[in-house]
Parts: sequence; C-alpha cells; structure tokens
Amino acid sequence: MPIQRRKFIAAVGGGALASIAGCSGNSTQAQSDGSSSSSSAGVAGETLTLTTTTSTYDTGLLGEIHGDFEEMYGVTVDAVAQGTGAALETARNGDSDVVMVHARGLEDEFMRNGYGINRRDLMFNDFVIVGPESDPAGIQGMSSATEALNAIAEAGAPFVSRGDNSGTHTKELNLWEAAGTDPGGDWYQETGTGMGEALNIANQQGAYTLSDRGTYISQRSEIDLVILVQGPIEDGPEILANPYGIMAVNPGVHENANYDLAMAYIGWITSPGAQDAISNYQMNGEQLFFPEAVSENPDFQQYVPEGWSSNSSSE
Amino acid sequence: MNVPLEPVAQLLPAVVDFPFREGYVRSIIYVSLYVSVVAVTLSTLFSLPIAIVMGFSDFRGKQFVKSIINTGMGFPSVVVGLVVLFAVSNQGPLGSLELIFTKEAMIMSQFVLATPPIMAITLAAITGVSENVRDAAHVLGGTRLDVALVVIKEARYGIATAVLAGFGRAISEVGSVLIVGGNIVSSDGISSTRTLTTAIQLEARQGQYDTAMVLGAVLVTIVLMVNAIVVRLGDEGAMR
Repeated sequence: MPIQRRKFIAAVGGGALASIAGCSGNSTQAQSDGSSSSSSAGVAGETLTLTTTTSTYDTGLLGEIHGDFEEMYGVTVDAVAQGTGAALETARNGDSDVVMVHARGLEDEFMRNGYGINRRDLMFNDFVIVGPESDPAGIQGMSSATEALNAIAEAGAPFVSRGDNSGTHTKELNLWEAAGTDPGGDWYQETGTGMGEALNIANQQGAYTLSDRGTYISQRSEIDLVILVQGPIEDGPEILANPYGIMAVNPGVHENANYDLAMAYIGWITSPGAQDAISNYQMNGEQLFFPEAVSENPDFQQYVPEGWSSNSSSE
Repeated sequence: MNVPLEPVAQLLPAVVDFPFREGYVRSIIYVSLYVSVVAVTLSTLFSLPIAIVMGFSDFRGKQFVKSIINTGMGFPSVVVGLVVLFAVSNQGPLGSLELIFTKEAMIMSQFVLATPPIMAITLAAITGVSENVRDAAHVLGGTRLDVALVVIKEARYGIATAVLAGFGRAISEVGSVLIVGGNIVSSDGISSTRTLTTAIQLEARQGQYDTAMVLGAVLVTIVLMVNAIVVRLGDEGAMR
C-alpha cells in the first residue's frame, strides 16, 4: 500500500509537471511575440487594443478605416466590440489601450476616476425611436422623445430595452428619467443583447425600441420597423443626439498601457483624412457617422468632464 | 417569424455567395481548431496519467475526488471564462504575461473546460476494464507498466470517447472564448481570436441569421469529421 501511494504521488507530480509544461509553453510563446514586437523600431509591429461599442463595430466602420492606420504605422489594431459599459470596464482593468464609446456620463466618470486621459469628441450620429408601422401608441412624428416614451408607457405597448449597460441603454434610461416615468411591467422587456439583436427581437414582437441610427440603417433591409421619432440629424429633438468620444488609457494608472500607440491612434482618427473617411463611410447609400473632431473653433469641453471648471479657466 | 426555415432553403446559394472576405471563414475555422485541439491535447496529457493512477489505486477520499471531477463537467463556461479573465487580466496574477485577448488565454479556458469530462470518462473507462484482464497481464509476467498499457489498450474506446467529449465541449463553447478572446478579427479580415462559435454569435447579434446558420453548419460538419476520424483511428488500432 505505501508503495502504491508513493507511485500515486509520483504520477500526480508528473501530471502536474505536464500541465505546467503546457502553461509555460504558452507563456514563452506569448513572450516571444512580445519581444519580437519590441525589438523593432518605434511603434511598428505593436498591437493596439481598442475596446469599443457594438455600434461602431457592427456597422463595419472600424474594419473599413483601420487598414489605413495599420498601414501607416505598421501596427495591428485589435478592436474588441463590447458595449460602452464593458468597454470602459475592460480599460479600467488595464486590458485595453484606447476606448471609443458613446455615453458621456460614463466617460466623465471614467476620466474623473483617473483612468482615461486626452479625451476628444470624435463623431456623432443620433438615436431614433423605431417601432412597427401600425404604431399602436401613436407616436409617429412626435417632436419630443420623452412624450413619445410616455405615450408608449401609457399604451402599454411592447418596448424592447437593451438592458446591457451599453451607451444606447444608458441613453434610454436617461430618456425615461427625463420623461418622469419608471418603466416596468409586461410591456417593458430587457434583452441584454447587442443593438442588432434587440432590433430583431423588437421586429419579431412588433415592439418599439431605441436604436442608434447607424445600426438601424445597416439592418433596415431585414426588418419591418420604421423610424417613428427622428433624432437631431433629421430635425428631431436634440436629446436624441449620439456623440462618440475617444480616450487613451492613463499610463500613470496602468503602466503597461500602450500609450504612445493609443495617442498615435487618437491623432490619426481625429485627423482630417480619417474624419473624411468616417464621413464617406456609407451603408445602403446613407452616411452613418458624422465627424466632429476637426473644427476651426475651440471646444474645450471635449477634454474635460462635463461641468468641470477650475478658477483659472472660468471667465 | 419566418426565420428558421428560410436560411435552410437558402443554404446552398448562401454558400456560393458568402458575404465574407476571402480567407475569413478559413481563418476562423483555423482558430477554432487550433485552440480546441491544443487545449484538448494538453488536457489529455494532463488527465490521462491522473485517471490511470486513480483507476489503479485506492486511497481515502477517492470518491470525493471523483465527485469533484464530475462536478467539473457541469462548470458553466461563462464562469470559467470570468475566472480565466481575472487570472490573465492586467490586474490578475498572470497579468504581466499580457495574455488577455490572445489564443493562449482561450486555450487556458478551454483546458479548464475540457479537463473534467476527459478525466471522468477516462477514469470510468479504465475502471471498467475487467479484473481478469489485469490479472492475466500480471500472471503473464507483466510489470505494472505492462499492465497499465494493456488496460489502456482495452480502454481505448472509452478514452477516445473522453477525448471527443472534451473536444466537443471545447469547440462548441462560446461563453468563455468570447470573454477572454475578445472575438477579434484584424482589418484584413483574418481572424485573430474569433472562433466559429463567436462568429456565429456576432452574426446573430447583427440579425444575420442566414450566415449564422451557414457557419453553424460548418461547425457541425467539422465536429462530425473529427468524430469520424477518431472512431476510424480506434477501429484501425483494434485490427492491428
């Protein structure tokens, strides 16, 4: 019996060794990847990790324009589409170098906590309230988004919420708050999915939902939902504006953040050339994003959290 | 609600008219296979010796260890993904290796997922080999190693099933590889950490159910082929 036990221990040790060998094999591979990139000059060969929202990714914008940046610097951009809340959380953990999101309140919190620096306004489009053509709550053509939501709530018409802490979800909650209605009940469904999926669910259930215009346009040919309340691009209420911002992860907080490359990326994407590429990106014949980084006039608000002021800067 | 039928009818045209760039589908198949095969291989190398030793010995708490392994078969993959994420995240114990959003991180989570089924089924197969076979090998003058080899040979179908079960779990799993891999494709359309399952998830998120179904068919075909190959190998081994 003692002999057996000794053999057991030896074998378990062997097994553990085999597994460690496997792990270290992986890590040496990763390390050699790292060293091969750092041996080349400048940023060439490095990888930039960008966490972003499903709306910039799923519309195909990033895949379309990133080739130019990668070619210009000889780098790779790993774009991870997560939704605004998750994208910021990943950056907060130091697992990405730059974030491109669309929820100013969450971005401001991210900056105030010291995780994000050098924020720029990047581009915008708008949100629209879409729903079935039959429009059971009668919101078609309303000029107020909050009135429209209240009408949906009063009619108890089905409404699909993203429910995933994304930029669109954040906007939707802000709208309900502005409308003074606490949504809940059978008619209000949280899906916890991306925008495209939420549109499909709304389509199948004949429900209303809040969508960014880009995702709606890119999917319009496959669904029967129509725009019932327009956003500011089509003269709708300003409250439905959908501005995207970009920020570098603070290398003072996360020293492994690839800050040089993040700033190169921010510099590139806010440059006239890349901004033109954004404005030229079309789907189904429509422009999805409107660049706003290049401007003759100063806009200091884009660099700091909303409402931030210091004594020296107050006029 | 005409979603489920339409894609099937359109399957063939969709294959011809794949809305992806050249090399995209091939690269996600490659990533799927690479990650799953490496993870299952490592897991088999790890599980087999343990299962053999456990099958050949009796010790206090053996049943307890067994039930832990069996519980592992039910680990939700998303939870495994979260645990691996915490481990490889910049803040985690392996953060300095910068494994997040890499194939290596995906292999780690697949390893954790594939090991319990491989170990449990291998153990069952080895314990299932009749005592007579062991005794015969022993009586014929076999050393303990010889006996073990005979038992492994007898249990090879069970072990193959174990490996297949682990492979099936790894390649069809979507939750953890999405979390630790990030579903990344480079801008030239070649997959970095996108697997068939996460590609299907992405297509479904965009409401492209047709292409999601086609990719699903590709995945099922691959699993079928791998199963056929492993069963074939087992048969050839028996004829020798």
